[in-house]
Amino acid sequence: MIFEPSLLAIGVFLLFVAVTLGISFYMGRQAKSSQGYFAAHGQIPWFVNGVAFAGDYLSAASFLGICGMIAFYGYDGFLYSIGYLAGWVVALFVIAEPMKRLGKFTFADALDARFQSRSIKLAAGVSTLAVSVFYLIPQMVGAGVLVQPLLGLPHWAGVVMVGAVVILIVVTAGMVSTTWVQFLKGALLVVFSAVLVVLILQRGFDVRPGEGFDHPTARLGPMKKSAAAAEIANASQLGSPTVMPAEGAWKDLPFVRTKRPAGGIDVWHLRELEDENTGDEEPTVMVELAQMISEATDGQWFVNGVPRGLGEGEENLRPVGRLARLPGDIESTGPVGPLEFFSSLQESDVVLWDKTIVREADGAVATVYFQSPTPGAQVLRPGEHPRFEGIRSDDPLNKLNFISLMLALFCGTASLPHILIRYYTVKDAAAARKSTIVGITTIGFFYVLTLYLGLGAMTSGSMDVTNSNMAAPLLAHSMNNSLFAIISAIAFTTVLGTVSGLILASAGAISHDLVSHLVGEELTEHEQIRIAKISSVVVGAIAIALGILFQGMNVSYLVGWAFSVAASANLPALIMMLFWKRVTATGISAAVVVGMVSSLTWILLSADSYEKIYGLPASDAIVPFSQPGIVTIPLGFIVVVVVSLLTQPKPNVAA
Amino acid sequence: MIDRNARIGLWLCGIYVLLYGGFVLLNAFSPSTMEQTPLLGVNLAIWYGFGLIVAAIVLALLYGVLCSSNPDSDVDRREPPR
Repeated sequence: MIFEPSLLAIGVFLLFVAVTLGISFYMGRQAKSSQGYFAAHGQIPWFVNGVAFAGDYLSAASFLGICGMIAFYGYDGFLYSIGYLAGWVVALFVIAEPMKRLGKFTFADALDARFQSRSIKLAAGVSTLAVSVFYLIPQMVGAGVLVQPLLGLPHWAGVVMVGAVVILIVVTAGMVSTTWVQFLKGALLVVFSAVLVVLILQRGFDVRPGEGFDHPTARLGPMKKSAAAAEIANASQLGSPTVMPAEGAWKDLPFVRTKRPAGGIDVWHLRELEDENTGDEEPTVMVELAQMISEATDGQWFVNGVPRGLGEGEENLRPVGRLARLPGDIESTGPVGPLEFFSSLQESDVVLWDKTIVREADGAVATVYFQSPTPGAQVLRPGEHPRFEGIRSDDPLNKLNFISLMLALFCGTASLPHILIRYYTVKDAAAARKSTIVGITTIGFFYVLTLYLGLGAMTSGSMDVTNSNMAAPLLAHSMNNSLFAIISAIAFTTVLGTVSGLILASAGAISHDLVSHLVGEELTEHEQIRIAKISSVVVGAIAIALGILFQGMNVSYLVGWAFSVAASANLPALIMMLFWKRVTATGISAAVVVGMVSSLTWILLSADSYEKIYGLPASDAIVPFSQPGIVTIPLGFIVVVVVSLLTQPKPNVAA
Repeated sequence: MIDRNARIGLWLCGIYVLLYGGFVLLNAFSPSTMEQTPLLGVNLAIWYGFGLIVAAIVLALLYGVLCSSNPDSDVDRREPPR
């Protein structure tokens, strides 16, 4: 879909950026020491830090990715919400206080607190970098995804813009400004999401019979499948269109194409009606209008055979998302309560959209989006999204894949470097604990909202079939224009907040953990900050490059990688260091390295990567399922234990 | 090394692992159970999911209360008291 650039959205976004940079420059004057640069002098009030946790954590994947996934497939996206929140339980109950007590600036500090070992610092520094870069890619891709439709700029422009602003924030004032940016963003995100949910509940649900894709000129039937082409050609309500022959790539597909008198093509989907088919009798179908977007070999885009655009003689994809039927066949529910929202949807029929890709002989690639009415009860159950449908299969490996993902989400949060560094911005262990509790409450509240936002978007009539990441902003669009501007601007800020946290974590790892220990001597504070600022610029530039390179990759899929690598590399070492007396420095560094390498290797050899990155058949993949967590997290624990036992200090030294 | 707060934390974490584990296993091995609507027409998947989020918040608050009733829990242990 193409959108009119919203001047208001641009205005609100620029205002946010201006306020953010203003805070940065103001705060920057106070952050001269490395304690100030990396840890905001440990002076951030715990409540602010708690909301900043939410600002740090609720990334583009949470806001855009989860809402989009729910809007397009139903309940499944909410599984991510549940997993992302559950991880905080580990962070609070197990990690928060010792992290604060043992460390100074970085996660490597805490891990190394008992040993002063160079190998731990190096291993932990490298794993911090690896996880941060993985996490950065989807954020930057998300920035490009947003800027494209909203500001009418190309993908790379959005990535460069976000990258530049973030580098400025991080370089000017480090953790102080980053924290306040995240506080601002976290608060705005939660407040405005809550406003949206209230509006969704007030609007309730409605069906609009005879409108849009339910219009009499958009459907026909039921009829026998073989008679469909002839019936369409004779249908006076459709203007007796000319049916195009089903040749080439269109042969045997459940579509009929008709020519419009004024130019352009209508694609009709022949939807088989399951309950009316018995035995080997010929299937009965409904003929329903579909939408087609195609890319010619010269890179030009067409919608329904007409050049894509908003001008004269151009066509744009139509917004979708409606209910086909409400319980009791009423037309509108009026305002609904928070539980009535689900019980109404449970008994309704929702029109979801499915797609088929058609590769034509001349090299053009067409994507046909067609309606797929689905019972509400099915929308609200787990296992409808392709990534989760494995739980409905009989193959135990598919079930294991699901468990593995949920385990990685559970263990990943407490090992994400940009979350861990936030424990050093408060004054003591009690403040670390309190801010985590504020964080959990804020984040939990937000994740409850995601289910309403996603399902509200699903039925808002304003979805873009081609881009699930736009679901939340478009939902706001269906309410009113200023809300759209605000939500879009918040979505940008969402990317800013998370990216600045990640770049700061990487810069800290480089200057504090890696460079100091490679050089072999302690750097002065001034040198550390200088190196950190240079690394911020370098990591920022790398993030920009990767964000452009990975355009089109699914945002939440990449975040899943980051969680798996973080959980496998960092968590076993961290837990064993805290709770096992006999652990050794070699054991810890070995676990970090093995966890990181094994989870990365597993991901790169998985069916998901084969299909989506290398373009090879998924069945050729070497590892049996895609999510590494269930194998590599225990492997990390085994490595710590075995290596530690093998490298025990001699008894007389230990005594 | 394991102080009172850490013990409370591990217990609460254990409780949550059971709740979360139950949810994951139920989804993996009996997805049809999740479709049932035990109360007010809302299905188990949503009840359990919301329940997990509420449980995380409740346990977090409980942890906060239990820990702050522990007078010496907040001493900075980097420099042991002499």
